[in-house]
Amino acid sequence: MGVIVVNNLSKSFGKGTSRKDALKNVSFEIAEGSMTALIGPDGAGKTTLLRLLAGILQPDTGNLHVLGHALPHDALQLQAKIGYMPQRFGLYENLTVEENLTLFADLHNIPEDRRKARFDDLLTMTALGPFRARRAGKLSGGMKQKLGLACTLIHPPRVLLLDEASVGVDPISRRELWSIIQQQVIREKVTVLLSTAYMDEAERCDHVLLLHEGEILAQGSPSDLIAPMQGHSFLLQEAAMAARALQSQVARLPDVVDTVIQGDGLRIVMKKVEPPPLPADLAVRGPSKPVPARLEDAFVSLLVNRNPHHSIPLPPATKAVANDAAVVEVKSLYRYFGDFAAVKDVSFSVQKGEIYGLLGANGAGKSTTFRMLCGLLPASSGTLRVAGADLRTGEASARARIGYVSQKFSLYGALSVLQNLSFFATVYGLQNRRKRDRIGWALEELELKDYIAMNAADLPLGYKQRLALACALMHEPSILFLDEPTSGVDPLARREFWARVNALAQGGTTCLVTTHFMEEAEYCDRLVLMSLGEVLAEGTPTEIKSRVRHADQPNPTMEDAFISLIEEHERVSRRAS
Amino acid sequence: MRARILRVFALVVKELLALLRDPASRAVLIGPPIIQLIVFGYAATFELKHVPFVVYNQDQGQLSRELVARFAGAPSFDLVQFVYDQKTVEQSINNKSALMAMDIGPNFSADLERGRPAHVQIVLDGRDSNTAAIAMGYVQSIVTQFNQAQVVQHGMKPPPTVLLDRAWFNPNLDSRWFIVPGICGILTLLVSILTTGLSVAREREMGTFDQLLVTPMPPAEILLGKALPGFLVGTAEGTLIVLMAIFWFHVPFTGSLIALYIGLLCFLFAAVGIGLMISSLAVTQQQGLLGVFLFMVPAIVLSGFSTPIANMPQAVQYITLLDPLRYFLIVLRGSFLEGGGVTLFWPQYWPLLTIGLISMIVAGTLFRKRLA
Repeated sequence: MGVIVVNNLSKSFGKGTSRKDALKNVSFEIAEGSMTALIGPDGAGKTTLLRLLAGILQPDTGNLHVLGHALPHDALQLQAKIGYMPQRFGLYENLTVEENLTLFADLHNIPEDRRKARFDDLLTMTALGPFRARRAGKLSGGMKQKLGLACTLIHPPRVLLLDEASVGVDPISRRELWSIIQQQVIREKVTVLLSTAYMDEAERCDHVLLLHEGEILAQGSPSDLIAPMQGHSFLLQEAAMAARALQSQVARLPDVVDTVIQGDGLRIVMKKVEPPPLPADLAVRGPSKPVPARLEDAFVSLLVNRNPHHSIPLPPATKAVANDAAVVEVKSLYRYFGDFAAVKDVSFSVQKGEIYGLLGANGAGKSTTFRMLCGLLPASSGTLRVAGADLRTGEASARARIGYVSQKFSLYGALSVLQNLSFFATVYGLQNRRKRDRIGWALEELELKDYIAMNAADLPLGYKQRLALACALMHEPSILFLDEPTSGVDPLARREFWARVNALAQGGTTCLVTTHFMEEAEYCDRLVLMSLGEVLAEGTPTEIKSRVRHADQPNPTMEDAFISLIEEHERVSRRAS
Repeated sequence: MRARILRVFALVVKELLALLRDPASRAVLIGPPIIQLIVFGYAATFELKHVPFVVYNQDQGQLSRELVARFAGAPSFDLVQFVYDQKTVEQSINNKSALMAMDIGPNFSADLERGRPAHVQIVLDGRDSNTAAIAMGYVQSIVTQFNQAQVVQHGMKPPPTVLLDRAWFNPNLDSRWFIVPGICGILTLLVSILTTGLSVAREREMGTFDQLLVTPMPPAEILLGKALPGFLVGTAEGTLIVLMAIFWFHVPFTGSLIALYIGLLCFLFAAVGIGLMISSLAVTQQQGLLGVFLFMVPAIVLSGFSTPIANMPQAVQYITLLDPLRYFLIVLRGSFLEGGGVTLFWPQYWPLLTIGLISMIVAGTLFRKRLA
């Protein structure tokens, strides 16, 4: 019998018309000492499932057994044996690393004589040893996450439940977190169930559960899930035209399920085991090559098959004439918070109609740079020009040229979709006919018509993102700022979002985007890679990746590039000091 | 200009929609003030009824029994029991079974019959000094009545001066007439300051404030759009409570409505200014709430709502000059009971306007500084 056994589990929230089924009749089993990934779109029920297994939610119906304990009845006995790390782990920011560990050791009644060895072990494993006396609030995002994991592992647990432990963490910390988790499985025979938005992480697990709208859509080993997709994936390389223009043409071909830009090429997933029927006039130099399928292909095609109407919008086929005029210019920008330099000597410029990315982990200084560009925060030194003006010191009317979508999709939750649109339209000075037209456009273009009277707070996350985008586009700005627009959003919704941004850029809108997903670099025309407030590299995705190309690494990903560049940067700064 | 007005109007409409569409904030706006008005209106009274007392009567005469009967028969006092030693007197006060003890000496009747002054000792529980003082007042008036009856019965010479008291404006000294108008002021202040004090903080928490700042709206318009809903909600709330005071609690309204509403608007100007000041400092709603309560408690204590300002130490009396509620309470009580008009209240209007103006300027400066 498995360590985790779930039979016909159902859970719903709310009552009456607002009742939502979070989990519907879910059954599965997890073997001891295995690693299982929980994947699925937002609102699929991943967090609810983990909370039920941790014994902090009551199921409506169904049986739950973890380590032989029936839940929710034996929740207290069980909680002494498991470790649950929620999305936002509750570290006490004013306590030091060691005090946090001691607190969790106290909560779990770890005897005094066993503590020292356990602490040393955990601190070595997480490489937090040198920071014992540092306050948790002063740690970087990746270090906080590692400390959270160390606190979760204090007893040590026999079952580990992790809710998106690696989201928003820089690639180096993500690798470290992952190796700590794997060690637990190999050395201590811990059973791990983790939810993740990264398909490469899921691919490294023994078992994958794909949840969708509260149901298990597929489960099995990654190779089981990928197997039916073998032969469906192709790579089209050496195109004579820009990859994005190629994508918009290929995506229109029949039986094409998914297209993703990869470097200079285009990765294509087909409905059947046959190469894409490329028209003769398509300006490609060679035929598409079959490539091994990956978990993401399976994920996307399962979800697309499931909701055929929920297809990914196609980017427009025509590209507006590019213009060399720089619309955003940043020169030696600095920003200090007390002694702490959040942004150090950042310079870049963005041309009209470009998609420009600011990539980096949480705390890299992307959002701070963004807030300075939008005039929300003054720069400590340096120059900023957005559409020819400094938005902070310039006329208020200059701000009418930009649109801003903030990290949390800032909407008025108690107002309906229509009221939100109408408010932002008026605030941007739209009146009468133009206001009506733009609201009509937003409802049509972003498919918000069915939700017109719903309160923004009750919208599904994907629709919140659309409404936030619509509100920022009411006045047809020439520059659009998007701060972490894909954070917490599943691969399908991310594709949909990027297709929209693509369409906007093709229409001549300059788009600045921050993201902590390294693979999203592929969607950008150019980007800066940031770490700890500094620019590591600037250029097109291909340029940046080619900087780290060598014999051992013939085909580096953006994540590889990030890690190599950070290591190189550290070597240089060490030599300098 | 038209665009400006439309923008501010949109912000005001949005603010009101956000308040009224959200069931939680709607409930906070309507429920608690009405409940508080009713609870305070009925519960907060300075009158004493049914004060429990014990009697230790060492006198055997007729007159002492007559005096005790006057107390036992009065609605303000309830005779708990007769006690027969000093120790029980102490116990009944200590264990709070009685608030007052009456100790009549052994020669009470004899002394009186001989035309000599006689002594009665009244022991009061001073742990609640306010109640004790009020009870003492009642005791004195009963004793005075007793003395007068003695004078008449025994044909003695009447005392040289007789005090006749008559209260103007509130002939029966009904304390509800005094308290309910005061509650109008407190609740209006609370609602308007909560509406403005938390609104910016709420938007900061939700992230929508950044969204507002990147629009072409200048900070002054945002400030105006945040101030106006406080005025509207405060006026509506004030009107509701004044109507309840008149039609539910039957407090007579003898003054001019115009004078009252000028006062209300001046008061709201000050309250909204202070609310915005709190708003410009608070980053989270929790901080905002803390700020509101840090202001509210001294504002009520120093307003003269329950304790007269004239009784406060001189230094504290100067501080009360900063309290907008102080001025508005005078306008409220004056309008209800005194029949005061606009000219009478002018000395109250201008301090309110000054407080409002200064706090608005400070809020504007802080607001700009916070953004910088």
